[in-house]
Amino acid sequence: MIIFKIKGLDCAACALELEEKIQKVEGVKNTSISFMTEKLKIELEGENEAEVIEKIRKVIKKEEPDVTIEKI
Amino acid sequence: MKKRLYGIIIAGILFLIAMFAEFENVWMNRGIFIISYLLVGRKILKKAWRNLLRGKALDENFLMAVATLGAFLVGEFPEAVAVMLFYQVGELFQDYAVDKSRKSIASLMDIRPDYANVSRNAHIEKVDPSEVKIGEQIVVKPGEKIPLDGVIKEGSSMLDTAALTGESVPRSVNVGDDVLSGCINQNGLLTIEVTKEFGESTVSKILDLVENASSKKSKSEKFITKFAKYYTPVVVGIALVLAILPPLFLADAMFADWIYRALTFLVVSCPCALVISIPLGFFGGIGGASKVGILIKGSNYLEALSHTEMVVFDKTGTLTEGVFEVQEVNSAQMAKEDLLRMVAHAENFSNHPVAVSVKKAYSKEIDENVITKTEEISGHGIVTTVEGKEILVGNEKLMVQKNIAFSKCEALGTILYVAINQVFAGSIVIADMIKPDAPKAIQDLKKLSIRKTVMLTGDRKEVGENVAKQLQLDEVYTELLPDGKVQKVEELMKKKSEKGKIVFVGDGINDAPVLALSDIGMAMGGLGSDAAIEASDIVIMTDAPSKIGTAIRISKKTMKIVKQNTIFAISIKIAVLLLSAAGMSTMWEAVFADVGVSVLAILNSLRMLQVKE
Repeated sequence: MIIFKIKGLDCAACALELEEKIQKVEGVKNTSISFMTEKLKIELEGENEAEVIEKIRKVIKKEEPDVTIEKI
Repeated sequence: MKKRLYGIIIAGILFLIAMFAEFENVWMNRGIFIISYLLVGRKILKKAWRNLLRGKALDENFLMAVATLGAFLVGEFPEAVAVMLFYQVGELFQDYAVDKSRKSIASLMDIRPDYANVSRNAHIEKVDPSEVKIGEQIVVKPGEKIPLDGVIKEGSSMLDTAALTGESVPRSVNVGDDVLSGCINQNGLLTIEVTKEFGESTVSKILDLVENASSKKSKSEKFITKFAKYYTPVVVGIALVLAILPPLFLADAMFADWIYRALTFLVVSCPCALVISIPLGFFGGIGGASKVGILIKGSNYLEALSHTEMVVFDKTGTLTEGVFEVQEVNSAQMAKEDLLRMVAHAENFSNHPVAVSVKKAYSKEIDENVITKTEEISGHGIVTTVEGKEILVGNEKLMVQKNIAFSKCEALGTILYVAINQVFAGSIVIADMIKPDAPKAIQDLKKLSIRKTVMLTGDRKEVGENVAKQLQLDEVYTELLPDGKVQKVEELMKKKSEKGKIVFVGDGINDAPVLALSDIGMAMGGLGSDAAIEASDIVIMTDAPSKIGTAIRISKKTMKIVKQNTIFAISIKIAVLLLSAAGMSTMWEAVFADVGVSVLAILNSLRMLQVKE
């Protein structure tokens, strides 16, 4: 499981929507965003971690351009 | 956040000027309105535009932009600015509340140690706690946090465990004692040998637990997110219909009038405040609980706890201390002190819990030179010679076997009979103690109208029933093996009502299967017991059973607030929608109702952060 600090989310509903979008990214087994603790958790399937994370970053950039994530 | 506040204040002043100043040219007022609007709403407009380009028309920024720009178009300048202004006030307030509760949780998280002073090659090095290995020695100075779990090699001190347990009385520790990471060393210098790596240490486990708590969502949270998903499209859809259909089909309907009504719909179309107030309430409840030493692993468990119907207890270590102590010394001839001394010497080489408690009660130095010839008779007791006298220590069977006339002791607990030189010398009663706050805990549960309290124990019938009677428990099942406990809990699960929940409270030793099986597994005295922390849903850090009532109270209060917010916010929104569809509510009322509900719901949720014992 990889955990990111996720900043810049406007509201809980937006967090949920983003969560659904990230869930659909290929290679993501499971994901959850906690609006309150500002954490994005991702479980991946397969090996190509860097590639999937890059895809996730792209999804975030497209959906919520003001949101940034940082690995912790 | 300050910058945003100033922006809102300036825009507000401009808004008031435009409202009440009487300029000769009406466009002066309108100009000031527009400046005020842009000042407070330009970011919303920008986001709305960007989202529209990406096809996200149901985004809250876009809806607000349409509602306000539409109001300008139909000539309602003051409304347009007011909606934007109040919307921003609501947003600011929401951010403030979220920020505040995040900070309050962050202060709970303050137990994370930043460094460890490890002694390597005769030097003390300051390193990251995760770099310290098992077996290394660390030094903890007064005022520092203990970074890793370990055992004290040198020094003694008082430890502040409040951050872990909510307990305000400091604990005194000495050489040989186990210490837990996350405690604060108050006065002495301690040298500690590390017994667990940082990732396995108590502090990491607790941090993990609290931080992950909000990822298991409750039914209420799921309901509200589902509601939000349909609410916005439905409201926007109706708004569209309202704007177009009536003017086409009703003879005297005016477009401007119906568009205005439709715009009012858009003002209340965002459910965000409601969506945030629910997790905020749960977050507060979980945070407040951890302040008093109750760790809850998810908001689903906090929710379930409010439906508690039956509380099932394990006996040893949960309702009783789990430590055997000498309760009575009945001497036939000699002084009690002498009898205790003889028995303590006789039991010297035994590690049986009974022997240990006798030695503890004697508490003086044992002179091993006076003991000769110790022989254990399995299942009966010991025969040994102390100070030249032959001593028999054991149960009734031993006395019968050796043909000793003894007077039977009727006390509850384990009874040791003693004979010296073939003559009965007395008996010693050893029993487990009921925890001092257990009676109060049970009474408390009855006050909370828990339907049934049950105790399960592997202990003897007389002992178990006596404890149950003293505590006034409703039911007791004794002489159960671990799988017998599982069976009993399964039976009890069948007896409860459909919505009711069964809470099982245990100490995590031997009862992990039952902790997992019951609706809510609560582990007591979770400090230091990994099995308990893992198998349970709620961990009570101290070993006080009275915390069960506290946890249920917190859960009931959380659920009350969540319900209030849901019902209040949804019904106000529906009322505003109906009134504005009928043309009886203006945009003014809509925006006041909407922002007002958000602010009240959030304030209501923030109440959860204040938890009293």
